Amino acid sequence: MSAELTRRSAAELAALLASGETSSVELTQAHLERIAEVDGEVAAFLHVDAEGALAQAAEADRRRAAGEDVRELTGVPIAVKDVVVTRGLPTTAGSKILEGWVPPYDATLVERIKAAGLPILGKTNMDEFAMGSSTEFSAFGPTRNPWDLTRIPGGSGGGSAAAVAAFEAPLAIGTDTGGSIRQPGAVTGTVGVKPTYGGISRYGLIAMASSLDQAGPVTRTVLDSALLHELVGGHDPRDATSLPEELPALAQAAREGAAGDLSGVRIGVITELDGDGYQEGVRARFHESVELLRGAGAEIVEVSCPSFDYALAAYYLIMPAEASSNLAKFDGMRFGLRVEPSEGPVTAERVMAATRGAGFGDEVKRRIILGTYALSAGYYDAYYGSAQKVRTLIQRDFAAAFDKADVLVSPTAPTTAFPLGSKLDDPLAMYLNDVATIPANLAGVPGISVPNGLAEDGLPTGFQVLAPARADDRVYRVGAALEALLEASWGGRLLDRAPDLEESK
Amino acid sequence: MPTLDRDEVARVAALARIDLSDAELDRLADELQVIVASVEKVSEVATPDVPATSHPLPLVNTMREDVPEAPLPVADVLAGAPEAEDGKFAVPQILGEDA
Repeated sequence: MSAELTRRSAAELAALLASGETSSVELTQAHLERIAEVDGEVAAFLHVDAEGALAQAAEADRRRAAGEDVRELTGVPIAVKDVVVTRGLPTTAGSKILEGWVPPYDATLVERIKAAGLPILGKTNMDEFAMGSSTEFSAFGPTRNPWDLTRIPGGSGGGSAAAVAAFEAPLAIGTDTGGSIRQPGAVTGTVGVKPTYGGISRYGLIAMASSLDQAGPVTRTVLDSALLHELVGGHDPRDATSLPEELPALAQAAREGAAGDLSGVRIGVITELDGDGYQEGVRARFHESVELLRGAGAEIVEVSCPSFDYALAAYYLIMPAEASSNLAKFDGMRFGLRVEPSEGPVTAERVMAATRGAGFGDEVKRRIILGTYALSAGYYDAYYGSAQKVRTLIQRDFAAAFDKADVLVSPTAPTTAFPLGSKLDDPLAMYLNDVATIPANLAGVPGISVPNGLAEDGLPTGFQVLAPARADDRVYRVGAALEALLEASWGGRLLDRAPDLEESK
Repeated sequence: MPTLDRDEVARVAALARIDLSDAELDRLADELQVIVASVEKVSEVATPDVPATSHPLPLVNTMREDVPEAPLPVADVLAGAPEAEDGKFAVPQILGEDA
């Protein structure tokens, strides 16, 4: 029974809870057992809180039994990326500089998860401070892709994606600054959504780039993402960039989409995100998916977004500039590591430099120095100022494209999962993994990645759907339609074809 | 555009308050030169007539009610500090020897 439970979607588990066929304690126990079985190999979790999760599960069961106000997902366990602060649970953001730190407060999204009674299984692995596309820059070792344990699970949220793909959790929280939810989704055969900027509170997220960071759901089905998005999203007075409007009806959009009728929907294929640099099997699956959507009644149009060719360059100026500022708080004074210089006077300034030299990993140092350089006197206009202008051009491209199409589509990532270690010595090659996901962050628009098949190497590919700001319901509608059409053609879910981890032990 | 050579990396790392070893400086200078050469392409399209965008969805004057809120308990906050004393963060001397 427990192995069967861990393979169900969150919506299916919620239905079993509602009908009394299972309990939250049973569900949580089943997932904790699965974690104990497979996480030694997958390494999706940095911290597992069995005791806390079971206590939260017992409370969820009590609430259901007492007929108290419950949400659809009450009692369904969840994993949380380690960049989100959790009161009483260690939070490291994948960095040695925060090793052992236990936050004194909860992020708003964690408060909402707790208030709704979703047991928190633990904290998931990630690239240090979410800087990376492979989870190899975690100070605590890489997470492995459940489809092939010698390959990367994507990043920075490889832990959340792998936890969901390996059936260690039905739901997870990720954060996406340049693709860190969507790209891991693509390479692990899972669903990930970056909401409209401001759609889910950033309060309690350890910030990398404040104008780009966005938390979102990581799940195995489109409907599950919609349910989780509705649960944690919406206005938060503690986040000054939180959108004041109500969220659109997301789960309803996913359920409508799953009916498979896209009549009247205009879908724009982005010319610049389909061609050189994309793996053959990724392109093949992408075009098959576009044809499926056409068959469901959608009108397919080509749209050109010429400024997208400059998105990666603009991103690697804006993001490091903001990160260099945000990470200045890690000074060895108020939380985390403190290292004293090995010689000379022990002043605050020298302690700060010694602490950061010892506590930050390679990629974090690269980005802070790049960002500090881009913001420094004499270079500001040429680098940061120019990048902000490119941001305007990208927003204009999106605006023009959304005049012609209701949603835009592309492959989520240019390749399938690559072998661990293969891009560690080439930062630019690593950065290219996010070429298709970055434009959405620069413009603040929502995007989803839906698993759309296996490439010629037998590894999963992802299909990205982008919508205008505040129209997150559209990515759920089209995403759920594609998911339903693909699963009908496959006769099951893509993850059913993933290798059995217990056998590979 | 200026180049980010080894001396410049050392200067910027000092501004960013990050101690780097000689080996790190060598490697970072090589890597950052490649990255900077790549990101410089933003200047090709960033012409004077294009306005800058700093924020994806501009919001103005986000205010909250001017009422006091409970702060975090001091003991909880200090529990995460490297060093605390008398209910405060304990830090090294702030000013240099010559100050």
